[in-house]
Amino acid sequence: MNVTVLGLCGALLVGIGVFAFLWQRHLLRRVLAFNVIGSGIFLYLGAAGARGGAADPVPHALIITGIVVALSASALAVALVLAHLHASSATRLPEDEP
Amino acid sequence: MTALLPLLILMTSAVPAVITFFLAEDSHRLRNTLNLAGAVLKLALIVFMLREVAAGTVYETRLNFAPGLYLLLRADALSLLFLTLSAFLWLLTTVYAIAYFEKEHDLSRFFGFFSLCVAATTGIALSGTLISFFIFYELLTLSTWPLVVHKQDDKSLAAGRSYLSYALPGSAVLLIAIIWLESATGPLEFAMPHPLGGLEEASLRAIFALFILGLGVKAALVPLHGWLPGAMAAPAPVSALLHAVAVVKAGAFGIVRVIYDVFGIGLVAQLGVGLPLAMLASVTIIWGSIRALQQTEVKKRLAFSTVSQVSYIILGAALAGPYAVIGGLVHLVHQGLMKITLFFCAGIYQERAGITRIEDLGGIGPRMPWTSVAFSLGAMGMIGLPPMAGFITKLYLGIGAIEAGAPWVVAVLAGSTLLNAAYFLPLLYRIWFLPGNEDLPVAPAPGLVVPAAVTAAAALGAGLFAGAAMSPLGWATLIVTREYMP
Amino acid sequence: MSLILPLLAAVPLLGAIAAVLAPRAGKGIGLGVAIVLLAALAVLVGGLNTPVVLPLGGWEPPLGIALRVDGLAAAFLGLAAVVMTGVLIAAPYRGAGREAAAFWPLALLLWGALNAIFLSRDLFNLYVGLELLTLAAVALAALSGSAGALAAAIRYMVFALMGSLLFLLGVALTYAAHGALDLAALPGRNPQPTDALAAGLMTAGLLVKTALFPFHAWLAPAHSGAPAPASAMLSALVPKASFYILLRLWFEALPDLGRPGFLWLMGALGTAAILYGGVMALRQARLKLVIAYSTVAQIGYLFLVFPLAGGGGAAQPWAAGAWTGVVFHALAHGLAKAAMFLCAGLWLAAAGNDRIEALRGAARATPMAVFAFALAAISLMGLPPSGGFTAKYLMVTSAFAAGAPYWALGPLLGGLLAAAYLYRPIAAAFAPVEPELRPVPRGQQAVPLALALGAIVLGLASAPPFDLLQIGRPEAAARGVE
Repeated sequence: MNVTVLGLCGALLVGIGVFAFLWQRHLLRRVLAFNVIGSGIFLYLGAAGARGGAADPVPHALIITGIVVALSASALAVALVLAHLHASSATRLPEDEP
Repeated sequence: MTALLPLLILMTSAVPAVITFFLAEDSHRLRNTLNLAGAVLKLALIVFMLREVAAGTVYETRLNFAPGLYLLLRADALSLLFLTLSAFLWLLTTVYAIAYFEKEHDLSRFFGFFSLCVAATTGIALSGTLISFFIFYELLTLSTWPLVVHKQDDKSLAAGRSYLSYALPGSAVLLIAIIWLESATGPLEFAMPHPLGGLEEASLRAIFALFILGLGVKAALVPLHGWLPGAMAAPAPVSALLHAVAVVKAGAFGIVRVIYDVFGIGLVAQLGVGLPLAMLASVTIIWGSIRALQQTEVKKRLAFSTVSQVSYIILGAALAGPYAVIGGLVHLVHQGLMKITLFFCAGIYQERAGITRIEDLGGIGPRMPWTSVAFSLGAMGMIGLPPMAGFITKLYLGIGAIEAGAPWVVAVLAGSTLLNAAYFLPLLYRIWFLPGNEDLPVAPAPGLVVPAAVTAAAALGAGLFAGAAMSPLGWATLIVTREYMP
Repeated sequence: MSLILPLLAAVPLLGAIAAVLAPRAGKGIGLGVAIVLLAALAVLVGGLNTPVVLPLGGWEPPLGIALRVDGLAAAFLGLAAVVMTGVLIAAPYRGAGREAAAFWPLALLLWGALNAIFLSRDLFNLYVGLELLTLAAVALAALSGSAGALAAAIRYMVFALMGSLLFLLGVALTYAAHGALDLAALPGRNPQPTDALAAGLMTAGLLVKTALFPFHAWLAPAHSGAPAPASAMLSALVPKASFYILLRLWFEALPDLGRPGFLWLMGALGTAAILYGGVMALRQARLKLVIAYSTVAQIGYLFLVFPLAGGGGAAQPWAAGAWTGVVFHALAHGLAKAAMFLCAGLWLAAAGNDRIEALRGAARATPMAVFAFALAAISLMGLPPSGGFTAKYLMVTSAFAAGAPYWALGPLLGGLLAAAYLYRPIAAAFAPVEPELRPVPRGQQAVPLALALGAIVLGLASAPPFDLLQIGRPEAAARGVE
């Protein structure tokens, strides 16, 4: 597959994610948006690694590490959102309540 | 030894201060012994140093912070003038404070900050660089606040707030002045010659104005004097110390340093900033006296009198003729001796006879003869009656003014003397000649009366024996002839 | 000696795992880690004459990853060690309850993440460290489990994740352009058009994490909603880590990208933060909010390093005055702020709430804590002799020497504002009433007092830390970012 297409897809994902992250108020949706941005960045990194022709191992290592970090962050975020739901029966931050 | 002695002198107040904080509230004897021992030791060290410095020895201690940021303690003749005064009056005030408080609460806190305040004053006297001066100047601000609010009632808390809201912006302005100057010249030492040619004249004038503004807050130059009358809410020993040595004198001393050791008289004359300062000091002298005349409380009247009297020092320094400078410098000591006497006595009147208002003073003279004699001597000195110390000041300032080509200052001095008489003589009249409601004699504790008597005698002695080499006048002459106008 | 480096990050992380496995022994494990790290740092700092570098596994950069300790890293490692030790001693968590079981592993994780950041020389490593730090910090902010604290923690998380992603995007762009992530390799890179974008993204991410005005909205609720020992770590240390990366990025990796407009913007935002944080602190009725907004203000000082660095002036006996001053500020603020939050925690426990009026009479009930708070306040106001004063002196002198005295406005007005907002709690403590506080043992008051004294000693004995910071100092610190 064309490396440039990969890179552009990554950029598109980042764009969609940022839009959702800033626009959405439901906390779970914002967590998902965070993951979409992350995936976009990793895709872009992968494309950058493949650009020289020969495969560069460094981006692979970075992406794997990054996914692990993003997963832990998502887990903590979901746990906090759930705890917040139980404590105040709300899925948004107080300032975002309609 | 020459490197150690200034530090040692600083420690004689700083160490008792720190230890006192940790003493239990009821260990009165230990606390008193500690503070008195520190004061006596300090005075002894200073007396030793006085002789050595008169002979030409230089004492210097350096403590490095960062490159260019160091603490320099240096004992020159001018430092010793202020230092001796502060050490002498600290000893007497400690004796007075011990008797004044007897066994009140929170005394460990009080004496801790009291000694810290004296340590800061000592540091100010010994500072050899602007930054050292600033560090101790700030330490003084911080250590006097707990003393001002010591009673913890609404009045003293308000006084404390007012004090800080004047003093902290004043310090910020002082810091700007120091840094603006040193950013162009590098760190300045008072004793080293330092050409300030790197800065334009307009900048130098602005820096000088900032210095006066920053130091003028503590020196209570009009219109920066608003905090001082309120600070009367503090206990009497604090007022005595604040008005005679610690805070207002630190400001005045700083202005003398700035004129003579930072800018130098030549540059001050070249910039033409001496005359405006002399005029500001004159306005303060007259305004303080007029306000004093309007007061009905003893301590308030004394407070406005301080506003007026401290500016004599600044006036003398700003006029810059040899006689005027001597008059200004010697008033640093004279005003301290006379004003502390008055505050000691006012404290005794308030504590032992319950008198705070001037109209209640009637007949107190025969009831408390020792206190009242001391008070009368202090008041006559303030008016400038010979042979009291205050007369010497006014004489030198007057001669200096004519010498410096500013004869209008003589009119200021004359006006001020008249006003001084107008606000002090009625007090003396009431004390000695009007009958009071009671005529039972009151016997205040010797710890209260003796310090007042000693300072009154010193104020008298400084006038009578002004010609002696080691009198305040002799020392001020030494400073001027040796360091500023050789 | 270089073998100490990995230990500094590994020991707290191992401690965190141990604390998960043995929750009842949390305090013991924490204090054990503290002793080991203090000893290791004493050895390291004592022998530090030139920067110590350790290529991990023997692989040199750019292929491998290197850890490095220079003066700057040592100073921040030391700050973290002192503050964390104080916090761990003061933390009242015992037993295996939910909060206690979570506190010790999270605190140690936070410490490990901080040390990893201070040691790292690799942009991606820094990203991982930042994320670890964020996770620990967010969880600590949520520790009490109340609805308010959870909302504050989630808000914090939203901002922090946004910041992480911006940073990561910048890292990815940098790698795509140069195939290198090592900080030392970047100054010699072949300039690319994407460099400015990458640097901008990384900087924006770090600004959000440092809570520079106007990205500060998350800070005050998160720092004031956390339990006091956690607030102490969050306020004293966490924003410093992202600022530390900013220093490394701009002064070591990409100094050539600096433009006057950017430097001016950083300085202006910093000054705005000082004024805004000060005014907001003045308007709070709760002590912890006062202290938290004070952090917003104090963070502003740090950003004055951008316009001021390089403005030495030939008259000064030092080089890099602004850079050193700013680091001094970070250190002094860390110590003073930790002391303040620990005091606030003591009073919160003793009075039942943290309203400023509840402090009335505290000077009689808890004299040591009031004294500690006052000493910390002296440093925050920048009054001598304290680390805060040394910092202010260096910064303001640099501003005047650089011919830009308007940058002195922030530190000077900031000091007066600090005096105004810190006066209220101190004056309340001196109010002449019988205190309604439950008694607090002197041992508990001793920890904040020790930390506050540290902030003062930093000013009294500023020569050794000053010299330490000059070890391996980046060239741009003296010359300026341009």
